[in-house]
Amino acid sequence: MSNPITKITPNAAVYFDNDPQDELITLNIGPTHPATHGVFQNVVQIDGERIVSGVSTIGYIHRAFEKIAEHRPFYQITPLTDRLNYCSAPINNMGWHMTVEKLLDIEIPKRVQYMRVIVMELARIADHIICNGILGVDTGAFSGFLYVMQEREFIYEIFEEICGARLTTNIGRIGGFERDFNEVAFQKISEFLKRFPPVLKEFENLFVRNRIFIERTSGVAAVTPEEALSYSWSGPILRATGVDYDVRVVAPYCSYEEFEFDVPVGTKGDVYDRFMVRNDEMWQSLRIIEQALDKIAKEPSGVFHADVPAFYLPPKEQVYTNMEALIYHFKIVMGEWETPQSEVYHAVEGANGELGFYMIHDGGRSPYRLHFRRPSFINYQMFAPMSSGMLISDAILNMSSLNVIAGELDA
Amino acid sequence: MSKVTLAEAPPGVEGSGFFATTLDKAIGLARANSLWPLPFATSCCGIEFMATMGSTYDLARFGAERPSFSPRQADMLLVMGTIAKKMAPVLRQVYVQMAEPRWVIAVGACASSGGIFDTYSVLQGIDEIIPVDVYVPGCPPRPEAILDGVLKLQDIVKNESLNRRNTPEYKALLEKYGIITDNGNG
Amino acid sequence: MDKLDNKLVLSELENRFRGSFVVLGEPHGLLTVSVEEDIITDFLVFVKDHPKLRFNYLTDITAVHYPTEEKDFCVVYHVHNMLHNVRLRIKVFIAGPMPTIPSATSLWNGANWMERETYDFFGIVFEGHPDLRRILNMDELDVFPMRKEYPLEDPNRVDKKDFYFGR
Repeated sequence: MSNPITKITPNAAVYFDNDPQDELITLNIGPTHPATHGVFQNVVQIDGERIVSGVSTIGYIHRAFEKIAEHRPFYQITPLTDRLNYCSAPINNMGWHMTVEKLLDIEIPKRVQYMRVIVMELARIADHIICNGILGVDTGAFSGFLYVMQEREFIYEIFEEICGARLTTNIGRIGGFERDFNEVAFQKISEFLKRFPPVLKEFENLFVRNRIFIERTSGVAAVTPEEALSYSWSGPILRATGVDYDVRVVAPYCSYEEFEFDVPVGTKGDVYDRFMVRNDEMWQSLRIIEQALDKIAKEPSGVFHADVPAFYLPPKEQVYTNMEALIYHFKIVMGEWETPQSEVYHAVEGANGELGFYMIHDGGRSPYRLHFRRPSFINYQMFAPMSSGMLISDAILNMSSLNVIAGELDA
Repeated sequence: MSKVTLAEAPPGVEGSGFFATTLDKAIGLARANSLWPLPFATSCCGIEFMATMGSTYDLARFGAERPSFSPRQADMLLVMGTIAKKMAPVLRQVYVQMAEPRWVIAVGACASSGGIFDTYSVLQGIDEIIPVDVYVPGCPPRPEAILDGVLKLQDIVKNESLNRRNTPEYKALLEKYGIITDNGNG
Repeated sequence: MDKLDNKLVLSELENRFRGSFVVLGEPHGLLTVSVEEDIITDFLVFVKDHPKLRFNYLTDITAVHYPTEEKDFCVVYHVHNMLHNVRLRIKVFIAGPMPTIPSATSLWNGANWMERETYDFFGIVFEGHPDLRRILNMDELDVFPMRKEYPLEDPNRVDKKDFYFGR
């Protein structure tokens, strides 16, 4: 077990190995190291196996999302949000739609909100499966990963049923969904609720009281709540330190206030706590999905979008056959509707933390400025300072448990 | 009955106790069915590659059991995801470090052409810096598509000359990319 | 403890900074104020440490470019009081071409990368930042790409012929 972090130092310049008396070794990890699960470069100075200090370099897949967004109409920004955190793309899609709806003051029918909740919680489970599964792989336990990956494939099947895509879903439109969930989708969601709990239970049994896993993770990279807040952490890793900040509860969106669920928190903020918080969140997500299915059954069926023809793209088959739909389609695509000149910040609880969209709109076809508050970017900056004093193997686990997604990190 | 499926033998002369074919074909068969992939995964496509390697789709069925994270021991470079200009020199270096014979698959729209990211920071297709053998379309491609790409590459590998590295066309191709080939026997 | 709302925030700010800040409105319920760059550090310290306000969570730092305005850059801070779920947006308008503003890294460790990102995109110099380098873009890049005058697409591309696109 490594020492807890004693002191957090800010990033320093990248080192030069030019002192012959120096007994430290400079080691470059990344940008394509298999253990980092993404393109992050860390140049660390090591004393034996212990990291003395490190510098992170990021930006290896910087794709200029914010610049692209200034040139695209609202509905074309949805595919960009997919590619932020591609492990849980629907949450980003929904967050973006809700941001635009907040700007345009669009009221969303309850049924659509519940549908969104289902999609978002499925995405959260899919994301946590990857993070916890990979964390298991990094501690040397491969089989758990294979068990839960099967279930993740099933979630992707549900997404395919809903929107036709697996990973980068591009689910929904501004104002609702592009089509209703079909029978099969509902069936599959119910089936998922039945088949996932035993698998998750088995996954839990492999890890939670596993001596090796506990020795590898407990006490590793422990973070105090004060440090975490000072680094603007959010999401499961913040909750693992004991701060019960969850956007779904603090600032409910999409009718989350009507759902009954717990916010799991940890005590020590170490890798083990992060694993447990994510694990418990999967159970809570299952509860939420169950409630959402019940609620949908009580709502009038067939409603899958708000009645806002000025912003909701009409179905393609109507565009080709119906004059009115064609006009609406044309006006939306050409950006001819009046939109308010305003600015809006909307945050959703992404799988990694508070995913915020800050948009300044000048009434044009595309946003004047769109800024993504990307939890991975903000969470990751503590990695290098907190690695000092850790063993390399622990730092790798720490990186896995932060669940930094390169697309979200670099935007 | 055994569950092991055998690779189809190349055309040759068969008699009792012997089978004769050309060395090219025999080695090509062996190479094609034991490609060691180097997953150069940067973004979304990498997650789909994870599914491809995972239990449902299982790339290992096609002889690509062992992902080789060291370029020195890899045959097939799978570039999955956006390659930003900042990443380009790294990718090129990885390619140069690979030993002959080496093949490259560009998985997904970004690696093939830049995809939807027509921006100042993104390389518009990896074929600007390294030669590519197979392109897999999709954003991201489904795991089946990635498998299809690997199978296409197997076809190429099977039918390729053993001595590709010394052919003038291949040398000219690499030279076009500014990659100097000096393997001592050419 | 009183429920914190925008009115209370505003009255506390009035008590301390009367006349040196401007209320820009409450778009979608989020109080937005603008202050001058010379008092931004005091302002942030005040809203962070004031026992009633306690906006001690830095959500985000970013910037906006308004090329037609006289003060053509705007640095935007979002701070958050998690207990009461009240957010505050603080804008600082500064003039280019190399606008400078004091750094917030002494208040929040998390400001470090946010400010580096803002510098990288807009070229806003945060004075007192421990390590103000480019973060996402290549070090060799000599422009600040999010400024409005720079194009989205790579101007050096040769394969993109205008006539393919009807231009």
